[in-house]
Amino acid sequence: MQEVIELLSLSPPGWGGNLLRGLMHSLQIALGAFGFGLVIGLAGACGKLYGGPITRDLLAVYTTVVRAVPELVLILILYYVGSDLINKASEAMGYGRVQISGVAAGIWVLGIVQGAYATEILRGAIKAIPVGQIEAARAFGMPPLMMLRRVMIPAMMSFAIPGLANLWLIATKDTALLAVVGFNELTQETRQAASSTRAYFTFFLAAGALYLIVTLLSARFFARLEAWARKGQPSLRTVKV
Amino acid sequence: MTMKTKLAGGLFALAMAAGMAQAEPVRIGIAAEPYPPFASLDASGEWNGWEVEIIKAVCTAAELDCEINPVAWEGIIPSLTGKQIDAIMASMSITEERQKTIDFSDKYYNTPTVIVADTSADIAPTPESLAGKILGVQASTIHQAYAQEYFTDAAEIRVYQTQDEINQDLASGRIDATQADSIAMEDFVKSDAGACCEIKGAVADDPAILGQGVGAGVRKGDHELREKLNAGIQAIRDDGTYAEITAKYFSGDIYGG
Amino acid sequence: MTALRALLRPHRIVMIALFAVLVVWCAVTLRWDWIPRYAPLALEGLWRTVWLLVITVVLGFLLAIPLGLAQAIGPWYLSIPARSFCTVIRGTPLLLQIWLIYYGLGSLFPEYPWIRESELWPYLRQAWPYAIFALTMSYAGYEGEVMRGAFASVPRGQLEAAEAFGMSRFTKFRRIWLPQAIQTALPTLGGETILQLKATPLVATIAIVEMYAVASRVRQDTFIVYEPLLLLALFYLAIAGVLALIFRKLEERVPVRR
Repeated sequence: MQEVIELLSLSPPGWGGNLLRGLMHSLQIALGAFGFGLVIGLAGACGKLYGGPITRDLLAVYTTVVRAVPELVLILILYYVGSDLINKASEAMGYGRVQISGVAAGIWVLGIVQGAYATEILRGAIKAIPVGQIEAARAFGMPPLMMLRRVMIPAMMSFAIPGLANLWLIATKDTALLAVVGFNELTQETRQAASSTRAYFTFFLAAGALYLIVTLLSARFFARLEAWARKGQPSLRTVKV
Repeated sequence: MTMKTKLAGGLFALAMAAGMAQAEPVRIGIAAEPYPPFASLDASGEWNGWEVEIIKAVCTAAELDCEINPVAWEGIIPSLTGKQIDAIMASMSITEERQKTIDFSDKYYNTPTVIVADTSADIAPTPESLAGKILGVQASTIHQAYAQEYFTDAAEIRVYQTQDEINQDLASGRIDATQADSIAMEDFVKSDAGACCEIKGAVADDPAILGQGVGAGVRKGDHELREKLNAGIQAIRDDGTYAEITAKYFSGDIYGG
Repeated sequence: MTALRALLRPHRIVMIALFAVLVVWCAVTLRWDWIPRYAPLALEGLWRTVWLLVITVVLGFLLAIPLGLAQAIGPWYLSIPARSFCTVIRGTPLLLQIWLIYYGLGSLFPEYPWIRESELWPYLRQAWPYAIFALTMSYAGYEGEVMRGAFASVPRGQLEAAEAFGMSRFTKFRRIWLPQAIQTALPTLGGETILQLKATPLVATIAIVEMYAVASRVRQDTFIVYEPLLLLALFYLAIAGVLALIFRKLEERVPVRR
């Protein structure tokens, strides 16, 4: 037990600080990817519902492909292609090489993945808004962006939150996949700590506990948020979280 | 930096990247896993080891502003060609196969390739002796290429992402033997985790596969960086820095003939 | 016919033509000369991926039934462990679980030499038992949560009617409760199975040569980065498509009356 505490202590020679740093990286990427995914999702959902036939077909291809291909494969493709493209573009514009931080690359890669799921969730939520509300907003002559901000987003919140909560959990867990490209998020830091000290069980269990804490706290936060968004509505909490 | 600003920084990095300044450090890619005694991570998150010190010495001698970037070994060449890093200094052997894709500097060390197995096991570095055994090798290494050329008919070859994982499975007994670099293995069998095992001898040489020593990998056509690294390697060889660093880690010379 | 007509709308014809041009461009300009050499290995990998998927989905589902039941109606000493299990599995990354099981257990072997003398040792040496175990547990954790909801959603009246017919507890479960719960869970089962397909490449990190590992192998041997990955993505798309079709057929065969 003494040994375990020493290994996990926050300052060297303990590796706890490394794990926490990895956790911070994971959370940064998850937050960024979740936000980026929400932006894509909102645009995608509006495109799917109100866009022209070409927009709709392209979005259908995007959501289908991303949801059927393993994240690991997408991460590899987007990771290499993404930085390649950005570099080529900046070189073409005469700026020379560009340095992309690991966090930015992670956000870009996972954000694209999250966007596909967010598109479907938000599309469902927008469709669940009573038509009359949107018609009323139109009748008042609201411009589209204002309608989105004042009517659609508040009205769809309660429908979207369970799905989005789930999506956030997926985001936190998917950051672990970045370990495969060598990015130092929590899982990678854990692996490095474990293989440097040979205390595999200790570190993997500790990392598992950290992930679990994030999950449980998030679940609690989203339950609160849902209760708040649902104020005044009859309770119809869906079974599938 | 608070988390929020860091996050915003990350998001904007994509958008603002094109406008960023030019004077950036040379990013040296190393494998993101402990590979003692060449590179290992300590609890404060710092990389050190023989190769890391050599990298720093070469960069100082060549007057380069270097930054060490750990990358997954398996994707280290794509990272170089994809410009996430500018050079690879991760114990990568200079081989003909790799030279089709990237260029190399002059070698900075050269060591034999050995087979390691359980002390009690009757294993020698020959195909006959490995018949029916499970041999672990690291992905995209000369060892994988060699094993697939010479041992594939005899032994079951299991390919891992990192040498460290192989060492662990060797200690746990899941594999019978591994083929790897002699110095890394000497370090391993001396450690507690490697107490199980011993070096069974060097494999028969095949320079076409095993290469002509370890060099720094650079993008094809990046002659400027290659020449600077060559000059740096030559400089630390000449002024004794190389020997000094080597003496801290090894008893003999590892530059090779 | 309607599907065909939908495909023949003018903008779609243009898009399909553009896509065809893209495919031809890919076929001509990208490097595909490695395919013949790796085709046998790729087929083996494909087979291993499908096999892993089928085994773990079946085993995981069988495990999900008691997990769901324990959470829905079990006494506290069954429902609390079942619920904790689902929470832990769903709350931690699968990659971490796989490494914990494989390398964590592996690190114990040297300390307990008797493990190597046991009958199980030939299996413990292989990587696939750990892969199957981890993937099965993962599927059971996610699906167990779904089954909990499904069991709870079967109307009380149905069960009371079954009791009124004098069915024994087991008959009631087998004839009324389980079929209706599965019927409720079926739409999510399809989705979960596709998620499981997407989880299979993670076992490549413990040296199992499935489809993803073969693509990595091509990249490592030849330093060709994109082509194997693109082909790999196409394979996953195809398998996901087949899965979606199978589950749609299954759902159609189960009559729904609501």
